[in-house]
Order: sequence, then structure tokens, then C-alpha cells
Amino acid sequence: MLNYIWGGMILLAIIVAAFTGNIPAMTSAAIDSAREAIMLCITILGVLSMWTGLLTVADKAGLVESLAKKSKPILRYLFPDLGRDHPAHEPIATNFIANILGLGWAATPSGLRAMKVLQKENRVKDTATRSMRMFMVINMSSLQLVTISVVAYRAQYNSVNPSEIIGPGLIITLATTVVAVAFCKILERFKL
Amino acid sequence: MSWLLFLSDLIVPLTFAAILSYAFLRRMPVYDHFITGAKEGFGTVLNIAPTIIGLMIAVGMLRASGALDLLGAFISPLTTRLGYPTEAVPLTLMRLVSSSAATGLLLDLFERYGPDSFMGRFVSIMMSSTETVFYTMSIYFMSVKITKTRHTLTGALLANFSGVMASLWLTRQLYPG
Repeated sequence: MLNYIWGGMILLAIIVAAFTGNIPAMTSAAIDSAREAIMLCITILGVLSMWTGLLTVADKAGLVESLAKKSKPILRYLFPDLGRDHPAHEPIATNFIANILGLGWAATPSGLRAMKVLQKENRVKDTATRSMRMFMVINMSSLQLVTISVVAYRAQYNSVNPSEIIGPGLIITLATTVVAVAFCKILERFKL
Repeated sequence: MSWLLFLSDLIVPLTFAAILSYAFLRRMPVYDHFITGAKEGFGTVLNIAPTIIGLMIAVGMLRASGALDLLGAFISPLTTRLGYPTEAVPLTLMRLVSSSAATGLLLDLFERYGPDSFMGRFVSIMMSSTETVFYTMSIYFMSVKITKTRHTLTGALLANFSGVMASLWLTRQLYPG
């Protein structure tokens, strides 16, 4: 997918530049952007490493596991089809919590595992179950409470207060997750 | 609403305090783990560096060629009627498809408007509360070969759309004018 997006963006830029006479400006923009990209990577290294370092401390201390264990009541509410205890509970909980904390590397493997476990009991193999839908819609509703990369980018562009967007972002992240759950619950009520 | 900004100031120190005390209670070597994790962070940034270079070049070229301005002129009648910032449209759409391409557009907006402008704050909040729907969907459903997703996409788009609109509304509340 990115192959088409990236190639398409550049080809489109060249075609438009040929018509608008912006070829020289575009060429120097390409060079400047490449240089700027590396400057950016160097400066975000600090902030991102600080955050992954801190989250690794949490992960190694067993925070993800213990939160996953405590989330049973929530999982029972979200996935009534799975019953009180289900092998999919563990990977689902790990995926949600890793996403909430922003541990991208831990989120994807557990998410794929959750889908696999859910698919095992699926009777119509090409169609998503209600539990899969709930899991996916929540997963894609944005769960990460603190998007530290945006804070790092803001710092790089000389924001006076790079972290001021954390609070608003956090509240809206919660709100979108409520929308996601409500959407699935309404569909379930109408037997869709 | 200003308590939200207060929360922003508190969240980093609170996260540090919570995680460190939790780890201390379990007698973890916190500094060692921090260093391990920070090293991993280094690796992550080095891994995404080529992507950032590639996409910043593409966005820089699109910007300088005038293509983004053309697109803006084309859609501005619609966006002004809806009250949506025209310049944020490419980012809003790209956000659903590719995280790194969206980052390229985000940085372009930071450069043009500054991160502390209305636009800069709005897109910062929006980036924090939306997700790459199409990418995630294809990876997860393809892994188990599911083709009929029963309105999963509708639900995900609805959640993201409400995130975008809530970001715009909240930015207007927090930073009027």
C-alpha cells in the first residue's frame, strides 16, 4: 500500500510542478526535507527513548500482566459470547493494555493471537464474529493514552509547551473508545 | 476546561512516579531496565528513520510543487461550509491509511503554522486520538482470512470521525480566537 502512496505522492508532485513551474523549488524541497528528516530523528531519539525506557520498566515489573488479570470484569461485559473464562481473554487484554500504554511492539503479536483464538471457534470462517468485531473496533478506536511521539515532534518544532496536548488527547481517546463500544453494543442489540 | 491542560502538565511526572514506585515494590532494578528500554527506543527510531526520510521528501515535494495548495483550493468551498480547517484535510484522510505518511503531513503543518498555532494544536490532538484504521484492519483480518467484517469498518471510521470532530471542538474551547 505504502508503495502506491509514496510513489503516487512523488509522481503527482512532479506532474503538478511541471505545470506550475515549481520544479526548482520542488527539487530543493526534496533535498531540504531529507536533511530535516534526519535532524528530526536525532532530536526525537531523546524523548522517545526516555518513554520506551520508562515503559520497559513497567513491562518488566509485570504491570501489563497484572492489569490484564484485573480486566476480567470488563472483558466479560465487552465479550458476552466468550463466557466467564476464555482463552482469548488473555491476548485481548494484553493487546488492549499494550495499546493503552503505547507499547506498540507488544500490541501487535497479542492482537494477532487473539484473532487466531477467536477464529478457531468461528463457525463461518470468512465472516467476523461479534467478539472479533468488538475487539477490532475498540482496537482501532485509538487506545494510546499518551502519544509521546506527537509531543516529541512538537518539541522539535520549538513548541513553548510540547506536552500541553496530552490531556485533551487523552480525554478524546477515551471518548472514541466509548463510541466504539456503543456502536458494537447497538449492533448486537439489533442482532446484526 | 483548563483542568485538561493541568492534566497535561502532570501526566509525565505522574507516569514516572507510578511506574517507578510499582517497580520498586517488586524490587526491580529500575535503572537497568530503563537503559534496556531506552536502547530499544534508539532501535525503534533508527528503524523508522528511513520511512521518515522517504515520506518527508514526498510531502516536501508535494508542498513545493503546489499540489497541496491546489487540493486545498479545490476542496475549500466544501470545508469552509462545514467549518473544517482546509489545510488539515490531507492529514485527516492520510491518518486512516498510513501512520508514517500522516507524520510527514503533520510535520509539514508544524513547519507552516507552528505547533502552538490553532492548526498546530488541533492536528496534535487529532493525531493523538485517531488510528490507522485501514492498515490495522487489513493486517488483523488478513491474518485469519476474514473477508466479511460485519460493519467493523463503519464502527472504526465512526470512532475516528468522532475523534476528529471532538479534537476540533475541544481545541476551539481551549484556545478561543
